[in-house]
Amino acid sequence: MQLLTPGLGLLVWTFIAFLLVFFILKKFAWKPILETLKERETGIAEAIASADKIKTEMAALKNENEALLAQAREERAVLIKEAKETANKMVSDAKEKARAEFDRIVADAQSAITQQKNAALTDVKNQVGSLVIEVAEKVLRRELANKAEQEAYIKGLAEVVNMN
Amino acid sequence: MLFATAVYAENAPETAGHGTEEAGKEKKEGAFDPAELIMEHILDAHEFHFFTLGESEVSIPLPVIVYSKERGLAAFSYGNFHHGHEAYNGYKTEEGKIVAVDAEGKVDEAVTLYDFSLTRNVVQMFLALTLLVVLMINVANKYKKGGAKTAPSGFQNAVEPVITFVRDEVAKPNLGHAYGKYMPYLLTVFFFILINNIVGLIPGTANVTGNIAFTVVLGVVSFFVIVFSTNKHFWGHIFNPPVPFLVKFILVPVEFIGIFTKPFALIVRLFANMVAGHIIITCFVMLIFIFGAMSQVAGWGFSPVSVAFTVFIYLIEILVAFIQAFIFTNLTAVFIGQSREGAHDDAHH
Repeated sequence: MQLLTPGLGLLVWTFIAFLLVFFILKKFAWKPILETLKERETGIAEAIASADKIKTEMAALKNENEALLAQAREERAVLIKEAKETANKMVSDAKEKARAEFDRIVADAQSAITQQKNAALTDVKNQVGSLVIEVAEKVLRRELANKAEQEAYIKGLAEVVNMN
Repeated sequence: MLFATAVYAENAPETAGHGTEEAGKEKKEGAFDPAELIMEHILDAHEFHFFTLGESEVSIPLPVIVYSKERGLAAFSYGNFHHGHEAYNGYKTEEGKIVAVDAEGKVDEAVTLYDFSLTRNVVQMFLALTLLVVLMINVANKYKKGGAKTAPSGFQNAVEPVITFVRDEVAKPNLGHAYGKYMPYLLTVFFFILINNIVGLIPGTANVTGNIAFTVVLGVVSFFVIVFSTNKHFWGHIFNPPVPFLVKFILVPVEFIGIFTKPFALIVRLFANMVAGHIIITCFVMLIFIFGAMSQVAGWGFSPVSVAFTVFIYLIEILVAFIQAFIFTNLTAVFIGQSREGAHDDAHH
């Protein structure tokens, strides 16, 4: 029976002890512990949230970079193409120009040649003319004297001309 | 507490007729009474009794504090009673209880004595609670010093999961948004029971949590916490349950008694569990001596079995120490939650 009858002393002391322990622990232990735990948990949650945010930001940045890169690549291709075209054009232009110059030079040369040929021909014609006149003159002079001699003479003259 | 720590050893008196008579009786019974020893272990006492060595008893006597209207306050060491064989200062002890005596050494029935002695349960509880407070404040200081950014270290690691367990598994599911208000109380109850359970398991210590007075205090405190947490909805449910009119005559008393049976169940559950554990352990140890009293061979032969069982029960008791602390805390939270039912919606808006 003594087992089931609460002792007054123990009742009172337990009650006092419980209240004391409760107030001491509430103020000096549970409050800082619970506060720190909460702070840490919110800190962790925030850290995770910000990490997620940074992750998405990084992904966006990467996408942006890739887009930029693609654009740059395209631009480069365009630039190269344009450069090639310009170069080709320059080469063809130069070629054309060179041909035109060549043509011009050739034409010039030809005209000069023609001119000179013409001049030479004129000269030759003139000389032939004067020679013919000269020969005719000599022939005419000899004919008057001798017929046979005249023919031999002509022959000799013709030979001279031929030799010339 | 301090003035009682001297180990007290004293020769049993030879002259008192009562004493020799009892000694003779004990010898006839093989000097061994398991029931008495078990009860001695389970019950409160005014001394820490370790063992009896021949004629000497090795024990730490504790202070006796008694008050009566007729004689006022008196405080002295229990050692003055010489284990109940002598009267001292007008008081004497009868089977562990302090009674007032008159000049002739007869019990004075006229004096109503209030015993506020620092019994071994009280002293042990104080020691355990001092330990608890010191440990917890150390841990709390670590939190204060380290802040939220540093990882817990040392004993902090042992305490933190328990605290988060009480918060996340006991307080939050039962109390919802208002859990923060009850956390200090629930944590105190949990660790208050746990530390006393564990200290009570150390061999030679008293059975504090298995004492009805201890559990009554916790139960009554819980009762008040529950009652002060009630709301209109709760009382409406008790005095005007949504049942047909005639059923109310049955249900209202039942519901009303329910307010008191809840903490009463808490009181009895903790008390019975802890007492049972201690009784079983002592029983298994006693078995050795019971068999030993039959024959020495039986005693020695049974001791390994007994020790094995004791170790087994001992391990279970360590588990029970935690489980009972948890159950008491959890059920208190459940009851507080019940008394606050309907308040959930208020908290939302």
